[in-house]
Formats: sequence, structure tokens, C-alpha cells
Amino acid sequence: MTPAPRAERRAPSAVVVENLTKRFGDVAALDDLSISIAAGELFGFIGPDGAGKTTLFRILATLLLPDGGSARVLGHDVVRDLWDLRRRIGYMPGRFALYPDLSVEENLGFFASVFGTTIEREYDQIAPIYSQLEPFKARRAAALSGGMKQKLALCCALVHRPEILLLDEPTTGVDAVSRREFWDLLARIKGASLTIVVSTPYMDEANRCDRVALVQRGRLLAVDTPAAITASFDRPLVAITAPDRYATLGALRAYPHTHSVFPFGEALHFTDKRADLSPAGIVSEVATYLATRVRPGADVRIAQPTIEDVFMARMDVPEERVGRSAA
Amino acid sequence: MTDLAIQARDLTRAFDDFVAVDRITFDVRAGEVFGFLGANGAGKTTAIRMLTGLLKPTAGQATVAGHDIARDTEAVKRDIGYMSQRFSLYDDLTVRENVRLYGGIYDLSRSEIDERMRQMLSRLGLEHAEKELVSALPLGWKQKLAFSVALLHHPRVVFLDEPTSGVDPITRRQFWEMIYEAAHAGTTVLVTTHYMDEAEYCDRISIMVAGRIEAMGTPRELKEQAGVSSIDEFFVSLARPQQ
Repeated sequence: MTPAPRAERRAPSAVVVENLTKRFGDVAALDDLSISIAAGELFGFIGPDGAGKTTLFRILATLLLPDGGSARVLGHDVVRDLWDLRRRIGYMPGRFALYPDLSVEENLGFFASVFGTTIEREYDQIAPIYSQLEPFKARRAAALSGGMKQKLALCCALVHRPEILLLDEPTTGVDAVSRREFWDLLARIKGASLTIVVSTPYMDEANRCDRVALVQRGRLLAVDTPAAITASFDRPLVAITAPDRYATLGALRAYPHTHSVFPFGEALHFTDKRADLSPAGIVSEVATYLATRVRPGADVRIAQPTIEDVFMARMDVPEERVGRSAA
Repeated sequence: MTDLAIQARDLTRAFDDFVAVDRITFDVRAGEVFGFLGANGAGKTTAIRMLTGLLKPTAGQATVAGHDIARDTEAVKRDIGYMSQRFSLYDDLTVRENVRLYGGIYDLSRSEIDERMRQMLSRLGLEHAEKELVSALPLGWKQKLAFSVALLHHPRVVFLDEPTSGVDPITRRQFWEMIYEAAHAGTTVLVTTHYMDEAEYCDRISIMVAGRIEAMGTPRELKEQAGVSSIDEFFVSLARPQQ
């Protein structure tokens, strides 16, 4: 399944997952998923709710047993070697899991003590983050803003000097400024001795990662660097902005050469069925077509595909209709 | 009656010394998709609670669908719809029970409800799911259904709170098409979100910072003014001007 490793690999894999499967009733949260993440990588799992991200992170964090397949973290099997693994993993669950009634400093001190250490001893490790929280160290965790809570949770996950961080949706529900700050922090703390694995539903965060996996319904749609993933988009992508977006969308739906057309931010993203037309040719054909169908003023141009465009192109049907009882 | 669906003039709400919403003034045209943005704590929720008739302003005024939000709260509530990503439909009720509940709350007759439910489910391709529990629906369908239910009583203005967070990118676009369709038919849509990506889909947006509206315009105008390529960047520059 996985390619044969080179004779003597210098950076061992931090995570090796093979044919991992986990079912909840009828739903396969993880469906025969295989992946490997190198030590020192900042790796992102990107996908919507229900993609299986949390299930995967809980298995990697030794908190959930898989139904099939295997997962090794830092060379240890997540089922057999959980006690060796736990002290080497820093895990930040998706839901805020600190003590709301303890202060910033008390929460951090508690997590340090669980691992037999102290804030003072680990100060240099957490300093890049903790220095931002220290002015508020007496504040109860419940009274922190969303962004500050996430920073504190990251501190608590880091305080025992783990070799790998598993961060499950750390930026969900956090405002744009705090999201950015959080990613800046991750870029600062990542390094040869710390692998960081993050999940996110936000496609635009892919570019902050060394490599990403696009996940949907427990399967991988793509695994590569963000640049290689966007470069894999295999048709010219056309962006159309028009005064009447809704009418333009309808007109393009009726265009016989349309391969796909979607709202994309303030524009519409369009691909053409015809393989023999140059990008410039497509632009001029589409502009000509629209000129006769919608209000004048449509702007038609070639655009750079984003991770989200690739995600959609590789997705199967978005979601099954609730079909079981239809029969 | 004007074609302004929302008209706010120096709308203000103070809690003791703290001014959560500080003299905001804006108009939303009928049939417009208006993005109402701001970070957590910027005052968005307080402003929306006033516009939906749940909270009285301490100064200034506003009309929604032509009704004064301080004096005619009940009229406001009848003419608006509301959908939040976090809560909209009851998981433990079937699709039909949810629709009947909402229709009943808005005083629709049983025959009106059944007629509108039939149309709605056929438009969504969910006819066979009428007797399913809402908890059994996939997230994307739940959200599309919740939006349709919010439109059941034909409100003039519908408030959507982070309508598409968490859904897959194709479902998300189907959802925006539903929003555009409703707007095209004349319903005014006010979207609150702190997810800046969602803002790019709106006709016009306003951005609240510390209780005030600090920017307003089409996404394109705002990006061009600031010389940035996304609303996310624009928002960051507004919230942290030193960066």
C-alpha cells in the first residue's frame, strides 16, 4: 500500500496510518484511510464537518480504538503502546476542554503538573505563546476571548514538550484576526523536533501548511503541497463577475458547453467542456455568449484555481440524499 | 412604503457604561444580500437582537420591513425570518412536524402549511423525507431545509447567522444559490458572520469594530480601496491597523 521506504530514511515518519477504518453505526467515519506524515511537517487535514477529521485525531491521540487498519505515531502503535505515546503527544481537542473556573496560570500549571513538570521549567518552550497570555494570567479561562482560549489550549498542549501536536480544528469559530495569529504561532513553534498536525474546515488555511490532505466522508481526495494541489486542477478556470449574478448563473447553466459553474465569492467560477479550446478562446466564447443573454458589464477572465476549486472538482456528489426510505 | 427593507439611524445600545452598539447608521435595499460582519464582541449580536425586536435600543431608531423596531416589535417579528447555523430545527421532530410547528407559530392555516410544505420539499428534492427525524438528515440538507422553513411565512427580511459554516464546498454553493434565488424574488437577506469568506458572496457588507460600523460597501469596493485581495485581509487591516 505505502511506497517502500528508502533504505535509511533520515527523517522517520511521525505518523503512519494504514487502511484505517472506523464506523459509527451505518456511517464510515474513516474508510480505509492511509497516509504518512514526516517528522517536522506542518500537516493539515482539510474538510467539511463529517469528513472524519475528529475521529482520526482521536485515534491518533490514543483516545479511540479503530475498527480496522493500524496507526503508528512516533513509531508507536496507537493501540498497543498508548502509555508510551501519551506523554509524547500534545492533543488539543476541537471543543474547549480546559477548566473554565481556573485561571490562565492555574490551567497551565495543572497540565504541567500532570506531566510532572512546572511552568518555570518549561518556560522557554511555551514562551512564544505564553508571553501573550501572561498579562491575563489571573483571569478565569471562561472569561477569555475565543482567540485567547485557543492560545491557552495550545500552551497547555505544549507544556510537556511533546514531539507531535495534534490540533483538532483550533481555528473554528475564531475571528479572522485571531485565526491569523494562531497560524503565525504555529509557524513559529514548528521545527525539526516538533511535528504539527492540524485539522480545519477552512480551505483558505491550506496555504499555511507544508502539506495537506483533502478529506471527505472518511476518504482522502488528495494529499500534497498546497501548490501542487492547486496546480493539479486540470481545466482552465474562468472567473466571471457580472452586475446580475443570479441571471448570469442561470444563463451559464443553460450554456451547452458548461462543465461546471458555481458562485465563488463575488464571482462565478466556470469550466468548459471543450478540451480543444485555449484559455483565451474560452474567455472570448463565454463573453460573447453572455453578451447576448445578460445585462452588459460582465467581466470574464482566467483565474487561478484555489484549494476549494480542487476540492469541489474531486468531490463525489456533495451529500447523499436521505435516500434509504425512498424505496 | 419605501424599497428600503432596513433603515437604521444612529442605532445605539448601552449596557450601563458599556456602549455595545454605538450610533450605527445604514440602509439595506429590498432584495439585497447584505453581510453584517464583525469580530466576536464587536456588537453584531446586540445589533441583530435590536433589529429582530428582541432588545430595545437606548438611543437612535430603526425600521425593519417598514416597522419601527422599538414600537412595533410584534409586527417586526411577523415580517422576518431567522436561521442560525447552531439552532433552527428540532432534531427530535420529523421534517413535517418542524414545518407544522413553524407554520403554526406564524398563524398559517393547516392547508397553507401543507401546501407550502409540499412545494418546499419538492423544490429541495426531499419529498420522501417528510416523515424522517431531522436528526437523520445530513448537515447540508438540514441547513437547506432550515433556510426554507425560515422563509415559510414569506418574510420580507430574513436573518441568517453563519449559514454555511461547516458544510462541504458544493453544498455551500447550493446554499448560496438558494439565498440568491430568495433575494431575486424580493426577500432581503441579512447575513451575519465572522467568517470573511462568506462575506465575499454578499452584494454589500458592513464591518463593525468596537460597536461602530467602520466600513461599508461592495466587497469589491472595499478590497480596491484598501488594495487587498480578500475581505479577510481587509478585515485584519481594519481590526489591527498597525499590521
